Amino acid sequence: MANKPFAITLKPGTSLNNLTGSWRTARPVYLDRLPPCNNACPAGEDIQGWLFHAESGDYEQAWRALVENNPLPAVMGRVCYHPCESACNRGQLDSSVGINSVERFLGDEAIRRGWKFAAAAAASGKKVLVVGAGPSGLSAAYHLARMGHKVEIQEAGPLAGGMMRFGIPKYRLPREVLDAEVQRILDLGVTLKLNCKVAHIEQSMQDGGFDAAFLAVGAHIGKRAMIPAGDAAHIVDAVSVLRSMEGEDKPMLGRKVVVYGGGNTAVDVARTVKRMGAEPIIVYRRTRDKAPAHDFEIEEALQEGVMIKWLSTIKQAGDSSITIEKMALDDKGFPQPTGEFETLEADSVVLALGQDVDLSLLDGLPGLEIKNGTVQVAPNMMTGHAGIFAGGDMVPSERTVTVAVGHGKKAARNIDAWLRGTAYQPAPKHELAEAGNLNTWYYSDADKTVRPMLDIIRRQTSFDEVQGGLDETTALFEARRCLSCGNCFECDNCYGVCPDNAVIKLGPGKRFEFKYDYCKGCGLCVAECPCGAIKMVPEDI
Amino acid sequence: MGFQTVKFYQTGTFTVGNRLLAPDERSVQAGEMRSNSISSGHRACQGCGEALGARYAIDAAMAESNGQLIAANATGCLEVFSTPYPESSWQVPWIHSLFGNAPAVATGIAAALKVKGKHDVRVVAQGGDGGTTDIGFGCLSGMFERNDDVLYICYDNEAYMNTGVQRSSATPPAARTATTMPVGNEPGNVFGQGKNLPEIAMAHGIPYVATATVADLRDLEYKVRKAMKIRGARYIQIFVPCPLGWGTASDATILMARLAKETGTFPVFEAEYGEVTGVLKIRNKLPVEEYLKPQKRFAHLFGKHAHPEMIARLQAIADRNIRKYGLLQDQES
Repeated sequence: MANKPFAITLKPGTSLNNLTGSWRTARPVYLDRLPPCNNACPAGEDIQGWLFHAESGDYEQAWRALVENNPLPAVMGRVCYHPCESACNRGQLDSSVGINSVERFLGDEAIRRGWKFAAAAAASGKKVLVVGAGPSGLSAAYHLARMGHKVEIQEAGPLAGGMMRFGIPKYRLPREVLDAEVQRILDLGVTLKLNCKVAHIEQSMQDGGFDAAFLAVGAHIGKRAMIPAGDAAHIVDAVSVLRSMEGEDKPMLGRKVVVYGGGNTAVDVARTVKRMGAEPIIVYRRTRDKAPAHDFEIEEALQEGVMIKWLSTIKQAGDSSITIEKMALDDKGFPQPTGEFETLEADSVVLALGQDVDLSLLDGLPGLEIKNGTVQVAPNMMTGHAGIFAGGDMVPSERTVTVAVGHGKKAARNIDAWLRGTAYQPAPKHELAEAGNLNTWYYSDADKTVRPMLDIIRRQTSFDEVQGGLDETTALFEARRCLSCGNCFECDNCYGVCPDNAVIKLGPGKRFEFKYDYCKGCGLCVAECPCGAIKMVPEDI
Repeated sequence: MGFQTVKFYQTGTFTVGNRLLAPDERSVQAGEMRSNSISSGHRACQGCGEALGARYAIDAAMAESNGQLIAANATGCLEVFSTPYPESSWQVPWIHSLFGNAPAVATGIAAALKVKGKHDVRVVAQGGDGGTTDIGFGCLSGMFERNDDVLYICYDNEAYMNTGVQRSSATPPAARTATTMPVGNEPGNVFGQGKNLPEIAMAHGIPYVATATVADLRDLEYKVRKAMKIRGARYIQIFVPCPLGWGTASDATILMARLAKETGTFPVFEAEYGEVTGVLKIRNKLPVEEYLKPQKRFAHLFGKHAHPEMIARLQAIADRNIRKYGLLQDQES
């Protein structure tokens, strides 16, 4: 008392002595939620993760983060049906982020600048045989090689790429792009043997001394349909037509070409023959909204002058005409015949009714289960025969390039674990970042960048790529439209809005930390976090 | 408005900071070295808008004056929760005298600094809406009239909160407080009374008057920094929602300020020498119900015995603000 100033009884002090954290009934915690794009990606890409780098203009780092999961970004940026964009939370705000176009930009940038994959891990001494150089086989080979395994791809065809080369037309995927990305995988030390059809898998594994095999032979046999046809009728299957486009002898189909089917392959064939100067008509038994082809592809085909007969089946094929029957959808949405017929001029009929798998290499292999013409695999992608894994179109799944790439990665991880005598344990998934977790007030209005399309005349007469890419500025803009759902992007909001100064900013790249001694648990940081990377957790009281 | 809008960045204009922005384009609050004028441990309620608004404003004033700042504080929540004897949360030279004399104390400090020739030391005075619009009003008007070199900041939470939510002359119509209509059926504040202090300040013809909210940090910092560049009497009224007095969730403080602005209930503008020179436009206009409904002080307007006619009158007030200040994107201000 004696040595204090007049009327002062207590020592002055800072309010830091008052630990207001004791008021709290719930505490904020930082977390990473799973962005919907990542959740939807069949190839398991960390899309939000690579966009994060692209946003700051570090395209090489973005590309490196991308190829951690998918070695074919330039291909993906052209042929992927981008389920990520359908799932994108920004779609509920204005329009989804053009993930696919940024991916293509990164892929093209990598080719242009000659970026190479990081070197493989130390050699494991194991050898893996990959059968088929399609997207699934290439993806598996890439991942296995990076894990340090010796990989040999045996491909029955004359060139690598599988359906990416022999199924997808040039106007959607220029071959120099495909070649560049395949070569980059081979540069990892992967051996590619072309024109090397595996007749018997066990034999081939034994001959080459392989420890495991990944089968990805695809589905290359066009399905046939029973169509009563005259002797002179010219009926071919879509896969053969598309395959022969890659060779010297272009298919001879005549002027009037009827394409039978409503999937993406039917549309690809119709657009291809249109470019060769013919007049294609797609005949499909159901309606446009029921067609398995993606609507934007149907739209582009119609723009290019492809005719489509909906609700029609082919009853009979003659040498220069076919008879079709009108159909009507019943209550359940199935097409039923109406008895009404029509005749169409047709120099040839192309069947695009789906594809079957050539399973001959598995003949006599014990333990296999085959159902509906596909090989059954366990969740770890292993067939019933130990050490033989399979993926891509030959296993039951959606048949897209992206799914196949995802299979390749998943199989590679499981093969790696199997070779090491362990089981692959995927990391537990974070909870999903839903639109309700976001505070969208903070995002500036910014509409999606539209990719340029080739002139209609050139689309009808040439195989030039239809869809253009983004340039650097537009790609950067598009990347920056990402909301970063569920993952902190260091906007400083939590640090700013805390009335109690209870957030510590740790500096660039290090995010933030709570000072729980002072946090009163008001929840402002959670409410004002744009991307939903904080949540309130009740305190144990 | 004068603050920079950042195009093509995810959130550049609206969030506190952004890793993609150059450091000098970020807000004061985004800085690791911000002065944290009110530090942790203060006794404000959870989610206090006033504690937040005061740190935003004084940190910005500190940044603009290179840390050469003295603050005089009126009695009120801000004073009570920041300085319970013998503790203080303030990390600036700070003085509290009486409820009603903060402008006069600040005037005295400014005069003393002038005499001593310390031109680089600046003075702010601050108080709540009660200390400003009611109790300190005479001193404040005098400070304006003499054009004393003080920035007065009013943290407007629309009632006397620390004494138990009594009505002030800044309490909006229909809002329920502890002292509005202690008898009768209608618990809310009457229509047609109260003071619009920013407009009264403008009527004094002082160099700078502005309003701001805790929901628009960049706008708030821009106004405080601009005010600190000017000599003479300046007035900034900052809208600071009060979870306790308004009956809102503690995490809704910034949301309520945002809704007040987006509905036109609280016009955000700036004025020089009595003339409006800029407004912060509404991004997405909302009906006043969006703002009123989450607040328990307006609960009697909704529900079984609803008062749509009062809501309509509050909407008319908001519409008048929108018209008067030109708050919509395509309106001239």
